[in-house]
Amino acid sequence: MKIMLVDDSRTIRNIEKNVLTQLGHTDLVEAGDGVEALNLIATTQMPDLFLVDWNMPNMDGLTLVKNIRTQNKQVPIIMVTTEAEKTRVVEAIKAGVNNYVVKPFTADTLGEKIQQTLTKLGVAV
Amino acid sequence: MDVKCINPFMGAIKNVFKTMLNLDVQFGKPQIKTQETMSHDVSGIIGLSGEVVGAVIVSFPKLSAVKIASTFAGISLTDADDDFADAIGELANMIAGNAKKDLEGLNIMISTPSVVIGSGHQVKSTKVVPRLIIPCSCAMGSFVVEVGMKKVNRPAEAVVEQATELTI
Repeated sequence: MKIMLVDDSRTIRNIEKNVLTQLGHTDLVEAGDGVEALNLIATTQMPDLFLVDWNMPNMDGLTLVKNIRTQNKQVPIIMVTTEAEKTRVVEAIKAGVNNYVVKPFTADTLGEKIQQTLTKLGVAV
Repeated sequence: MDVKCINPFMGAIKNVFKTMLNLDVQFGKPQIKTQETMSHDVSGIIGLSGEVVGAVIVSFPKLSAVKIASTFAGISLTDADDDFADAIGELANMIAGNAKKDLEGLNIMISTPSVVIGSGHQVKSTKVVPRLIIPCSCAMGSFVVEVGMKKVNRPAEAVVEQATELTI
């Protein structure tokens, strides 16, 4: 399973990588903003799962999610962000996000949300 | 700045440090920042906009910053590493983002982080948006969080307030 981690913080991407590696996922690609993510999608294959930050330079996560959804309605997307207000969560879900993780998060919480998302969507883990 | 707004930031500091670093934070008495107040070695800065204008600044002595950033990133870092600034910026981002969800009734947007590294620098507050300083300490050392926030009604006022003066 190919998983794309989109966050402008390399520290957060490394934390996410550690969690995913412990869950047995090793096919991981990284992008520092929405533009870089879209370029990677255009030049390689569509990932099987996205972890997407909201506040990023060049293109924010919400815009990225909307762009991904114009290409693919099914691929699971988890928003991992400091944006915790209900209005933001609703906005993200309307844009096509499948699950939501609020920073700060523990490794256990992130792992559970990933498993929960994949199980709910019937994606082979 | 309404002093009641300080509680969400204290809650956010505790939550971020406990969740990401497994550290308990103790607080000193919050105080209004004066231009003569302390200098810092490392500062993570988040701008606030939307219905408020201001900034959240998390400032550390170098030794505390290196220990905290290394623990957060899960690798040994020095202040010369790119990941050091990244970790400090992300901590500031988490504190500002976590606090704003508890600032009810205000639509606040936060900027991506900026990080200043330089011994003895000051991040000065403007006269129009005074800052409160929250002294903090944990097992890895002391640090301060500065919060300056003011409601705005007119976009022009927001533009004037955007500037954050930095002295090194």
